[in-house]
Amino acid sequence: MVYPARQEEFKLNIAVLSGKGGTGKTTVSTNLALAMNRNYVDCDVEEPNGFLFLKPEVTARQVVTVGVPDIDKAKCTLCGACAKVCRFHALAKAGSDIVIFEKLCHDCSACKLVCKEDALSYRRRNIGIIEQGISRGIECSAGILNVGEPMAVPVIKELLSKLQNKDYLIDCPPGTSCNVVNTLKYANAALLVTEPSQFGLHDLKLAIELVKLYHIPFGVIINKDDGDENFIKEYCKENQIKLLGVIPYSQEAAKAYSIGCILYDKQPYTQIFDHISMVIKEAL
Amino acid sequence: MIVAISAVGKNKNDNLDGRFGRCECFHIIDTEKSNLRIMSNKGAASGGGAGIAAASQLIEEGVDVIITGSLGPNAYELVEKSGIKAYSCDMVPVQEAVKMLEKNLLTPIKKAGVAHHGISG
Repeated sequence: MVYPARQEEFKLNIAVLSGKGGTGKTTVSTNLALAMNRNYVDCDVEEPNGFLFLKPEVTARQVVTVGVPDIDKAKCTLCGACAKVCRFHALAKAGSDIVIFEKLCHDCSACKLVCKEDALSYRRRNIGIIEQGISRGIECSAGILNVGEPMAVPVIKELLSKLQNKDYLIDCPPGTSCNVVNTLKYANAALLVTEPSQFGLHDLKLAIELVKLYHIPFGVIINKDDGDENFIKEYCKENQIKLLGVIPYSQEAAKAYSIGCILYDKQPYTQIFDHISMVIKEAL
Repeated sequence: MIVAISAVGKNKNDNLDGRFGRCECFHIIDTEKSNLRIMSNKGAASGGGAGIAAASQLIEEGVDVIITGSLGPNAYELVEKSGIKAYSCDMVPVQEAVKMLEKNLLTPIKKAGVAHHGISG
């Protein structure tokens, strides 16, 4: 399957993804947002943490809702058609009741369509929020999924639907799930953050496979780099994948991260991220 | 009385499966007619809501009793609302489980077990 990049609607949206979690997507995207003076979007709505570093003053909050069926018991004849048509098992007939499991509902309306008695209506249910604010002159937005909610995509879609005709850095969720697939629909280029570990390489390969489906330019950034000619560098060379930059392994960086500091404020990181920013502009 | 037992396979000598929503099949026994039917569990291949799919299937089959390991919260709610009695049993041969039921040796399931129990199994 090919997902066309939405170039007609947006300027240049760069997605930051990784495959493996914990490689440094947020570190790279928050610092690069500052180095490149781009707006920042945190699409990792299951555990958004970009705002811990950028610390924007939040100026707008919006609730994200999804539809879920309600049954009018006076009209319902317990025929069970709604339960049968639901491929997500969000409705089930039991005794003299149609039970609704609202967290399984994908808001597809199939149940409402098949109900001959017109007993089904949809109401809205809150599943998360979107926060927007400004930090150091860049616009920041983040989606936050409520704890216990299994479906993140509606929050991600709502968040990305707010993008305007500007340049954005999009902090993706980890992995290669629906959450990442939906985020990448809005990207014109991708940065793949990895680390010199076997897990890092394994999941990097999955992320590359995914990004290739979109036919967008991409390159690799190695975080926690050991300075050697490690197997990530070899892999990039062998497969002709652009290595856009490396961030050296350091305890100092980890310490700064643990207290929510922006690395870009300190040397040598100002120089490192300025350099990566320059390479990206030339390469992508 | 129609009894459904979650089982690891379709052979009549197979063992009971402690998982409900993700068991391979159900052995459905009519104790009066001593009649046995074995059917695939629709929940086994379900992306999500396996317990709901399995419970709905058994409700449709009109079973009176379910013997399994434990029921997750969603399946438990449906089974309880449908007035089906559920009993917990170890992973013994299916026929053994029926004998234990008839001798009143099984423990009724009075509350839901943990969600997603069958996934790691």
